Amino acid sequence: MKTLMLGNEAVARGLYEAGCSFVSSYPGTPSTEITECVALYKEVYAEWAPNEKVAMEAAFGASLAGKRSFCAMKHVGLNVAADPLFTVGYTGVNAGFVIGVADDPGMHSSQNEQDSRHYARAAKIPMLEPSDSAEALAFTKLAYQLSEQFDTPVFIKMCTRVAHSQSVVEPGDRVEVSKPYEKNPQKYIMMPGNAKRRHPIVEERTEKLTVWAETAGINRIEDGTDHSIGIITSSTSYQYVKEVCGDRYPVLKLGMIWPLPKQKIVDFAASVDKLIVVEELDSFIEDHCRQLGIDCVGKALFSCIDEFSQNLVAEKLGVATQSGTKLDAAIPMRPPVMCAGCPHRGLFYTLAKNKVTALGDIGCYTLGAVAPLAALDTTICMGASISGMHGFTKAGGGEGRKVVAVIGDSTFMHSGVTGLINMAYNESCGTVIIVDNSITGMTGHQQNPTTGFNLKGDPCTKIDLETLCRAVGINRVRVVDPYDLAACDAAIKEETAVDEPSVIISRRPCALLKYVKHKKPIIANSDKCIGCKACMKIGCPAISVIDKKAHIDNTLCTGCGVCAQLCKLDALTAAKED
Amino acid sequence: MKTKNIMIVGVGGQGSLLASKLLGRMLLQKGFDIKVSEVHGMSQRGGSVVTYVRFGDKVYSPVIDKGEADFIVSFELLEAARWTEYLKPGGKIVVNTQQISPMPVITGAAEYPQGLAGQMQAAGLDVDAVDALALAQQAGSSKAVNIVLMGHLSRYFDFAEEEWLQAIEQCVPAKFLEMNKTAFRLGRNI
Repeated sequence: MKTLMLGNEAVARGLYEAGCSFVSSYPGTPSTEITECVALYKEVYAEWAPNEKVAMEAAFGASLAGKRSFCAMKHVGLNVAADPLFTVGYTGVNAGFVIGVADDPGMHSSQNEQDSRHYARAAKIPMLEPSDSAEALAFTKLAYQLSEQFDTPVFIKMCTRVAHSQSVVEPGDRVEVSKPYEKNPQKYIMMPGNAKRRHPIVEERTEKLTVWAETAGINRIEDGTDHSIGIITSSTSYQYVKEVCGDRYPVLKLGMIWPLPKQKIVDFAASVDKLIVVEELDSFIEDHCRQLGIDCVGKALFSCIDEFSQNLVAEKLGVATQSGTKLDAAIPMRPPVMCAGCPHRGLFYTLAKNKVTALGDIGCYTLGAVAPLAALDTTICMGASISGMHGFTKAGGGEGRKVVAVIGDSTFMHSGVTGLINMAYNESCGTVIIVDNSITGMTGHQQNPTTGFNLKGDPCTKIDLETLCRAVGINRVRVVDPYDLAACDAAIKEETAVDEPSVIISRRPCALLKYVKHKKPIIANSDKCIGCKACMKIGCPAISVIDKKAHIDNTLCTGCGVCAQLCKLDALTAAKED
Repeated sequence: MKTKNIMIVGVGGQGSLLASKLLGRMLLQKGFDIKVSEVHGMSQRGGSVVTYVRFGDKVYSPVIDKGEADFIVSFELLEAARWTEYLKPGGKIVVNTQQISPMPVITGAAEYPQGLAGQMQAAGLDVDAVDALALAQQAGSSKAVNIVLMGHLSRYFDFAEEEWLQAIEQCVPAKFLEMNKTAFRLGRNI
């Protein structure tokens, strides 16, 4: 029966139908829902790993054991997993092994706009690229077939607009796949002697895959009535091209993005007067065409910056578009903000107040960089706050300055703990603040090793952050409640003053968690308010000053009380609880 | 049928995903090809959010571009004003008159423009201004703004009320069903 599915949900369905029985991932927008959705199938073991490298190695192990396996990550997560990636490309697989990676053109929720297709070529691992949910399902199943036929891991490459768009799919049935494990050191022990024998096999495999790509149905030509232009495209760019051009120009729609066919592209180019390549981000297909000696237009027309849309494609192809009416009024921006009641707010207020240099990390708390808190100095990648702070203080950056690293509980488990070990081992100073909101917040509330629950929602071993930090050699470990501004202030002042590494765990569950009970909204006593705006320094969306009086939005306020601590005049007070 | 385009815009957390789920369910029952494009991740946190719903015989692009929307359903007044360029000439805006100040307004760096509904009408736009918050509260929950607005939008579709209510049954938990049905009827009939 036909149904609507998100692209990510369709990948999960494809995993189920292909008989995949092991999934290990780390959440990351826009890849997260694949793993959340596949966890709903009882036939599939699915887990959150602490990071993408662990996830990929675990999925490799499951393939080795004879079960079809999968791991998912966002584009930058693939950087973390790049170490195993390049070598599992050599070993190949036992049962099928598929890697899901999701790019984010336009950076809706990412720190860079990297193009993951380069990894396919660099690691010599084939990559399939669906353009809607129906293809996401079909290509996922095909990926397992190719993985076993050609003895290679296979990428499924998503992008935000395919991952987070729903379209119509027709689900099918599951097949079960199981293979015996046989010890094979020449294939699986990649020491130089063996790896030297595997590399030529990898190159032969690429040749065979290229031959396959020449006739594969997923690299299809859709003929057009006007051969003055021919277009090579894939993924969501294909949808924009078809939206604009319909059946006018011939289109070579590529479903396999690496290795790319050669003769098929040469023949297609010869059938049209002018060849245009429409691809988001880098010139990947275009470079391939040029290597084949084909003259084409790509990045000269379609930028490597930002995502595309139908109007952009229309404009570049000289097709007229219409625009609507723009109002004359200046419309203020509405950037994302920390939620009302967010436990990070009190901490960031205290950091800003103490003029602390704060190296930040990846998560909701990156919003601590936004005015009026403006409490962060850097955001690079997962874990970089701690290792960055170590280098900063070792290089003398801590002289006359209070320096901290701010990192979430999930990010700390992902790759913060290795940086902390470095701090202990190399006798650093500086304070690591773990903002522990008891969940992976930014990606939409995923469990992690510190929460005590697994992906399926069952209770499990809970990693104790205090014990872990002490075990790696940090002597000063303390816990504060970020709703208590005085306690936060004391902890930051004391810990940044000592000449040894320290950890402050700022602990309070995310205010959006279902089990977190909110207090009654704070009461604004307008007779006492003088409109000094001290309460506005925390950037809470529930507070506004109207006619020089503080006003609380009762639908948003969670009664956290941070604003009340800033008001010297008792104009903001806690309501009596029942 | 030529592809029809509906944009659902608002502030992260206002429940636009339920609205697009309801529309998707309804349109699927009617046998259309559909694409629904959503926002997840960082911009969900109180930011400006937009969901695209497209349906017809064959839908390619998952997004709606400037000048293409047949309908803009806005959960908040300022957000309707932000997206007017996306409305097709002759399209319709259904807007909740509720105002939610964005952070630049809260901090005093910018002002919330006054009289936006009037400005949109003066610019020749076809605007239905609805106090969806009041109707949602009348139905029993301020969270039902999304369903009130879907009720209002449903006036412009040739589908029976009963079919919409059946689609709602498939989208909301049983304990909130009656409240949501009331909210839908209020939006549709008032």
